[in-house]
Amino acid sequence: MDEVLIGSVLASTLRVTTPLLFAALAGLLSERSGVVDIGLEGKMLAAAFAAAAVASVAHSTPLGIAAAIAVACAMSALHGFACVTHRGDQVVSGVALNMVAAGLTVVLGIAWFAQGGQTPPIDAAQRLTGLLPQWAEPVPGSWVASVLGHGLLSHNVLVYLAFALVVAVWFFLERTRPGLRLRAVGENPAMVDAAGVSVPRLRYTALMLNGVLCGLGGAYLTLAQNASFSPNMTAGRGFIALAAMIFGKWKPLPTLAACLLFGFLDAMAIRLQGVSLPGIGEVPVQAIQALPYVLTVVLLAGFIGQAVAPKALSKPYVKER
Amino acid sequence: MSSQALQMPRWMDLVLLPLWNLLIALLVAGGVVLLIGASPWQALTVLLEGALGSARGLGYTLYYTTTFIFTGLAVAVAFHGGLFNIGGEGQATLGGIGVALLSLWLGPKLPAVVMLPLAVAAAALFGMLWAAVPGYLQAWRGSHVVITTIMFNFLAASLNGYLLVNWLRPAGSMSVESSDFAPSARMPAIHELAASFGWELPSSPLNLSIVLAVLACFFVWWFLWKSRAGYVLRAVGANPSAAHYAGIRPRWQVLAAMGLSGALAGLVGINEIAGVQGKLTLDFVAGAGFTGIAVALMGRNHPVGIVLASLLFGVLYQGGVEVSFEVPGFSREMVVTVQGLIVLFAGAMAMVSAPMFAKLYTLVSRRARQAEGKSHG
Repeated sequence: MDEVLIGSVLASTLRVTTPLLFAALAGLLSERSGVVDIGLEGKMLAAAFAAAAVASVAHSTPLGIAAAIAVACAMSALHGFACVTHRGDQVVSGVALNMVAAGLTVVLGIAWFAQGGQTPPIDAAQRLTGLLPQWAEPVPGSWVASVLGHGLLSHNVLVYLAFALVVAVWFFLERTRPGLRLRAVGENPAMVDAAGVSVPRLRYTALMLNGVLCGLGGAYLTLAQNASFSPNMTAGRGFIALAAMIFGKWKPLPTLAACLLFGFLDAMAIRLQGVSLPGIGEVPVQAIQALPYVLTVVLLAGFIGQAVAPKALSKPYVKER
Repeated sequence: MSSQALQMPRWMDLVLLPLWNLLIALLVAGGVVLLIGASPWQALTVLLEGALGSARGLGYTLYYTTTFIFTGLAVAVAFHGGLFNIGGEGQATLGGIGVALLSLWLGPKLPAVVMLPLAVAAAALFGMLWAAVPGYLQAWRGSHVVITTIMFNFLAASLNGYLLVNWLRPAGSMSVESSDFAPSARMPAIHELAASFGWELPSSPLNLSIVLAVLACFFVWWFLWKSRAGYVLRAVGANPSAAHYAGIRPRWQVLAAMGLSGALAGLVGINEIAGVQGKLTLDFVAGAGFTGIAVALMGRNHPVGIVLASLLFGVLYQGGVEVSFEVPGFSREMVVTVQGLIVLFAGAMAMVSAPMFAKLYTLVSRRARQAEGKSHG
């Protein structure tokens, strides 16, 4: 039965890692350009609501995803208007976005659908399902079908997109000219400005990419992972993603590793409930759920390695006159 | 949360700007109410009627106000020390845990006159310790207090859940809450006190904690503006390197600011756990830590402003519940939306409207001076 266990843990790890990965990469792009993004949670929540609302009413998956991206980008633009254009406090702006999203999704959900804040269930035809349905369940006795098939190849398109985006973001940041500029604007905006490149434009670009990724992460929650929106369904995923990004030291590949670790812990938390581990005894679920936060605090405090934030992070840029 | 020195009189800065930000937030919220097909005017009248129109409603409003004063003061004290404490939620949770552990342990043995001051001390101490760790990590280990306090909010929720599920839940009970405290560990409700003086008041969760909240306001005012320690704390908040040159050790001030901030947030535990619940419950803070951010921003980080802003949010929270009962299709989460909009306009976008008012003021005062010059010439 080992192959079934390994296959299903692998599959659920990848499933819960996907939204974390979208949000963490979104945060990474924004923060590498020097803009703090506490609002990942709110953007994902609003995007999840938009995707579910549009997909269930218009019966169209692409429209749902487009709505999610549009909403998340609009929130990113608002963040940019407050913090890049008017040099407002980036943390305060993020907190505000989270509050507005938490409130407005429920207000609109109750007003439009009258189901206690939930959206109507999305039709099976509009839901994103596994690309290879024959491996939807692990097969006892077959390692290939359970681990390779169910574990790795049974997922929907957004899962693979999220992992592909890790490489894409890495390539963009490390190997392209706009990526280099984006990193530079997060370290030394005055230098970028002196080179004749617009600091606000770069930061807005980063925020728009951030919006697209947050939108995909939110759409994944309602179109793939669940079949409808329910109030506060992100349940702290945006903050776990933020933690993963910091744990990954603001770099794409280590961020992927952190997301996988946190996703694995999440997948194991349910399975370890009430199970006595040899030598340790029963581990409380809360301890496993708290582990990502503990690890991030310990890392940030410099007790395991060092996480150095982009130098210009959270500092509004004032052009010299 | 930084503001540049702009040319405008104090009344404009302290009265007009907060009111303007509130007005914009309410206008946007009114737009949302229109969008969902309800009448903003009806919502507003039901809201005010529900929050202020009856003794019972007023009791609920003041009960919410009490909690928001604590969390608002917590954010404000940290702000004067140059720190942004988003961890009020977690520190308040720990305050409640402190109250519960002490009350379950000593409640049956001690009379109320000894028990309640001890519970207040426990709430403050637990909140203080929970905030001091991020403070220490920022001052000595260089990790940012914003990120650490966010993480500590989740850790506090996990800790509370763990304690309740594994230790404090009475055997055989299905609901995740502790057993009831002894009567001596209950903060007396105002309507009970009034009844003992022969004054009939409808029952509400309002309890003696509101006196504690008022005392906390006076203490914070005295501490920040009249005491030496508060002066030092504000000096570090205004300019850490200048303070360092003046012989102040900024690290210890970070710790002091976070500690006092956490202690104030911890007092929420007295109002909610000792005052209302009488037992430890899951998620009893319910976002009040975040409301504190909006309260401090609206109240310009001054105790007087914080009391007024807490009253405003008390009215919104209590009235919001009434509106959700009376107006079909309306939910109380509208209040969270308004709160977010206030943080957006009064906090993040403070630099959008403030310069506009400053420019307007300069323009008007110049006109006035010119007019004066002409009449004299």
